[in-house]
Amino acid sequence: MNNSKYMNPYLAGVLLGLVLLATIYITGRGLGASGAVKSAVVASVESVAPSHTGNLKFYKEYGEEHPGNPLMNWLIFEMIGVVIGAFISGLISNRLKFTLEHAPGTSAKVRIVGALAGGAFFGFGAELGRGCTSGAALSGMAVMSTGGIITMIAIFGGAYAFAYFFRKLWLSNKGDY
Amino acid sequence: MGPLVPEVIGSQLNFIVALIVGIGFGFALEQAGFSTSKKLVGLFYGYDFTVLRVFFTAGVTAMLGVIALAHFGLLDVKLIYINPTFLWSAIVGGIIMGLGFVTGGFCPGTSVCAAAIGKIDGMIFVVGSFLGILAFAEGYPMFEGLYKAASWGNVQMFETLGISQSLFAFLLTFIAVAAFWFTAAIERRVNGKTGKGFHLSKVYLGLTGLAIIIGLTAFVLPDKREYMLKELANSSFVSSFNIEEMTSDELAFRLIDKDMNLQIIDLRSQKEFDSLGLPQSTRFDLENMFEKDAYKLLSLKDKKNVFIANDELTAKKGAILARELGYSNILVLKGGFNQFRKDILEFVMPTGKVNRNDVDTFRFRTNANQVMPVLMKENKLKHSSGEKQQVKRILGGC
Repeated sequence: MNNSKYMNPYLAGVLLGLVLLATIYITGRGLGASGAVKSAVVASVESVAPSHTGNLKFYKEYGEEHPGNPLMNWLIFEMIGVVIGAFISGLISNRLKFTLEHAPGTSAKVRIVGALAGGAFFGFGAELGRGCTSGAALSGMAVMSTGGIITMIAIFGGAYAFAYFFRKLWLSNKGDY
Repeated sequence: MGPLVPEVIGSQLNFIVALIVGIGFGFALEQAGFSTSKKLVGLFYGYDFTVLRVFFTAGVTAMLGVIALAHFGLLDVKLIYINPTFLWSAIVGGIIMGLGFVTGGFCPGTSVCAAAIGKIDGMIFVVGSFLGILAFAEGYPMFEGLYKAASWGNVQMFETLGISQSLFAFLLTFIAVAAFWFTAAIERRVNGKTGKGFHLSKVYLGLTGLAIIIGLTAFVLPDKREYMLKELANSSFVSSFNIEEMTSDELAFRLIDKDMNLQIIDLRSQKEFDSLGLPQSTRFDLENMFEKDAYKLLSLKDKKNVFIANDELTAKKGAILARELGYSNILVLKGGFNQFRKDILEFVMPTGKVNRNDVDTFRFRTNANQVMPVLMKENKLKHSSGEKQQVKRILGGC
């Protein structure tokens, strides 16, 4: 394992925590990620099938909560920032590279299917759970929200519960990289 | 006082803030190594607990920060977004997300980071999350029951557990540190290495010591709010505190004169306020004085802020609190609302010989006795037609 090129995890954690704290102090809300994808979904459906969004309850409720253009959304701007910030970090640490990362024991095809399915599960779960690791678990923990902390426990608990069944996706025969 | 949105920072500027915050967020995630699925899932197979370290450190840092800012009166926690609790959707949604974590190797935020540095699996994960959300949206009527079941509102964990906030914060921090130590031990075993485990270097020990000292001083001293409320219970403190008074006559005069610099802070009950509210008045409880609404009202320049309550003592307590919180131009209605009622609203011309000095006063009161109820009625109509002002939490979340 070559950890040296990454930041000390505790230092990175404090940095991330301060970003979150500043966000709460300035805007009164925490960070998020899946919400930006949701806005993108709503915007896409609106442009592809405008009559559809007027009919379906989900889009109606979304429209009531977020009037205006779904892309003029706080989380969309935040996510654009995330892309920029991660890119800068990758540039500084020399990690910019087009690559499909997969464990030695698995094929690229398996990784693609896994990533697609994983994304779909996560996206679906984040809608049901009102937020993902960022919006519900991390930000929820910062404000000590009961729901956020329950979601956090469920995410990690669920991942541990399913981990055994998907071990072949990540671990080569020897059990490590 | 925070949050700075929407008063200090408008909605347009807030988008810029979002962009900057996002840059910090993305940078921190990528630097921590969250742009590779190998590192992320390492947590679930015991070979790399970076995620747990970063995540818990970040959560605890932000939580302690929020508590500290609120403790020193710099952040109004009543206004910030507390993720609402819907028990079943939180659990089921969380478990599905866990499944997504071990199959996809990312979570939404980290997949975007990975995609940003060229990881194709990250990009595919983003596409997948798009499809997952679309599936939820299209099938929403099917999931709505579960989605909205067991709504507990914006509760906080320490309330649910029935313990104090400080104890909860301490426990969570303790669990985090214990987890750091424990997982470092697991990591060493799984990886079969004898490298350094979780240990405290001198620098860390020093910093921890400093943090504990700051924490203890902050929490041993009662917080500002408790301390002040306790002071108010001390009658000799209240009586020795000097607050400028305004007489019923002056208050009535200014109201009739429609003096726009006058602001009345009414500490009576909501019921009394509704039935006998004065124009240009806002109702507060003593507790509300610490909140952002009070700040917005009382920090206005060139205003005279008159505190009223049924009796002068209660009004004075509010006024003292306002002064202690650093507001200026604080006055108190002499004799309280009871006196105002007697002098103005229920004024009866004394029979018999009237002192020459009082003639003008009595003439004014007779007049005010007629005008004031009209003003109060107008005010009542204006208020009942207008929408009720309520504390509005900021909308957030994913």
